[in-house]
Amino acid sequence: MSNVHPTVWHRPSLIENPWLRYGLTALALAYLFLSIGSLEIDWERVSKGLPRAASIFERMFPPDFSRWDLLVRGMVESLEMAFAATFIGMFLAIPLGLCAASNLVPRPVYLVARSIIVLTRTFHEVIIAIFFVKIFGFGPLAGVLTLVVASVSFIAKMLAEDIENMGPGQVEAIKATGASFFKLLLYGVAPQILPRYLGVSIYRMDANIRHSTVVGIVGAGGIGQTLSATFSRYDYDFSITILACIIIIVFFGEIFSNWARGRLR
Amino acid sequence: MSLLNTTSEQYPDIWHKHSTKELLTRYFWYLIVVFVAVWSVRHLDIPWFYFLDAHVQAADLGSRMFPPDWDYIDVIWDPLLETIHIATLGTLVTFFIAFPTAFLAARNTTPNTIAWLIGKFILVSTRSVNTVVWALLFVAIFGPGPIAGIWAVAFRSVGFVGKLIAEAIEEIDVGPVEAIEATGASRLQVLLYGVLPQVLPVVFGTMVYRWDINIRESTVLGFVGAGGIGIELYSSINQFAWSEVSLILGTVLIVVVFSEFISALVRSKVK
Repeated sequence: MSNVHPTVWHRPSLIENPWLRYGLTALALAYLFLSIGSLEIDWERVSKGLPRAASIFERMFPPDFSRWDLLVRGMVESLEMAFAATFIGMFLAIPLGLCAASNLVPRPVYLVARSIIVLTRTFHEVIIAIFFVKIFGFGPLAGVLTLVVASVSFIAKMLAEDIENMGPGQVEAIKATGASFFKLLLYGVAPQILPRYLGVSIYRMDANIRHSTVVGIVGAGGIGQTLSATFSRYDYDFSITILACIIIIVFFGEIFSNWARGRLR
Repeated sequence: MSLLNTTSEQYPDIWHKHSTKELLTRYFWYLIVVFVAVWSVRHLDIPWFYFLDAHVQAADLGSRMFPPDWDYIDVIWDPLLETIHIATLGTLVTFFIAFPTAFLAARNTTPNTIAWLIGKFILVSTRSVNTVVWALLFVAIFGPGPIAGIWAVAFRSVGFVGKLIAEAIEEIDVGPVEAIEATGASRLQVLLYGVLPQVLPVVFGTMVYRWDINIRESTVLGFVGAGGIGIELYSSINQFAWSEVSLILGTVLIVVVFSEFISALVRSKVK
């Protein structure tokens, strides 16, 4: 009887099958031991971490505000890179996004466009940045191009998904008037996806501001270069100033992006 | 006749989507955007003549990258596994920090306003600093190696995971919570039996989603010495060993696409 009506209530679990649940837990534990065991960790060095963290933290205060010009120049460069890249990326994303929409273009075009998007999305911005630094040399140009590539790939992917999900009615209505492909895009497709496209672009600007602060670490311009230098020179009091500035700018970028996207609707 | 005239004045023959005022604000914003973009590009002082031979450089790079140096796979096998370990262990550490923080940062579970502000501050500040920048800091603390990478990944993810969990907590159904409260349960019991079951799927889904982002992030941690495949990639690039670079990029591509596939699969099962 007690099997049919248990007297004790148990919370329902996330994974219902007990074999699967305990099996997965055992696998996870086994992985944990194996992975920690296989990592090459210098425990002696790591054990010094806590006192070191304390000393670094101590040296961060008081923050150093004396190098304003360096800070402002780096931050402005980062922001300019983000703005320029978003603007260029927005326009370049349109053709790629159209080619990546399966309901607009022939299959081969679709496949090529999709593989470009997957390929550029896979590699981290810093990896792309290092290639542009090798081709164009150090400086903000490499950074702008990196952010352009990342933006095009992101906006085009979103654009293609929106086009694939839009209502077919309007497109068919425009088609029925005998409109050309260009007019079809202008009157059938564009009005349906324009608000989302602008929203995604604004979101991407926000993301570009974040990324523009790191591409400098491999020499692609912006505040990252300065930040990386302060760490290698143990100028931790200046590092904390830069970090605080980045946090504030990113925070305001996010607020602006949310506000602007809210107004679009 | 006069009636007809007023009608045609009130209802113009040509349809416009926007009123004049809407149109003007619209153009005003376009103008600002174009102005900011043009000013940015001009102020950056881009050396445009670099573009003249860019295609030659890129083609040269491409030809040096092929064919990939297949024998090099023996060297990158361990760093590649290390990259995956950094992402997985980092995401695990994230859970233990982000989960309590999310309860602080959610309006309906936070004990008081000060705790809420602290929770929000932790989420915003960890999210605003990029993984690579966190790695710079943790390499200074723990020395070069995967431990610095794990902490960097963990700290960056706290803001992301915590924010999404906090939003999920704020959107829960109050019914079960009130039912548990009515039984005279303690605060902890309410959280455990009323709130937790409702947010658990979101917690799990978010962790898996962040894990696959973290795989991508941990491929570059090596550039600042925080372990993983990035170390090999950086040294191969600096030695101009492009056939090694292409092999590393190929394996990174496979690992990232595969992790994205697993993450999507698991998330579709949880929902």
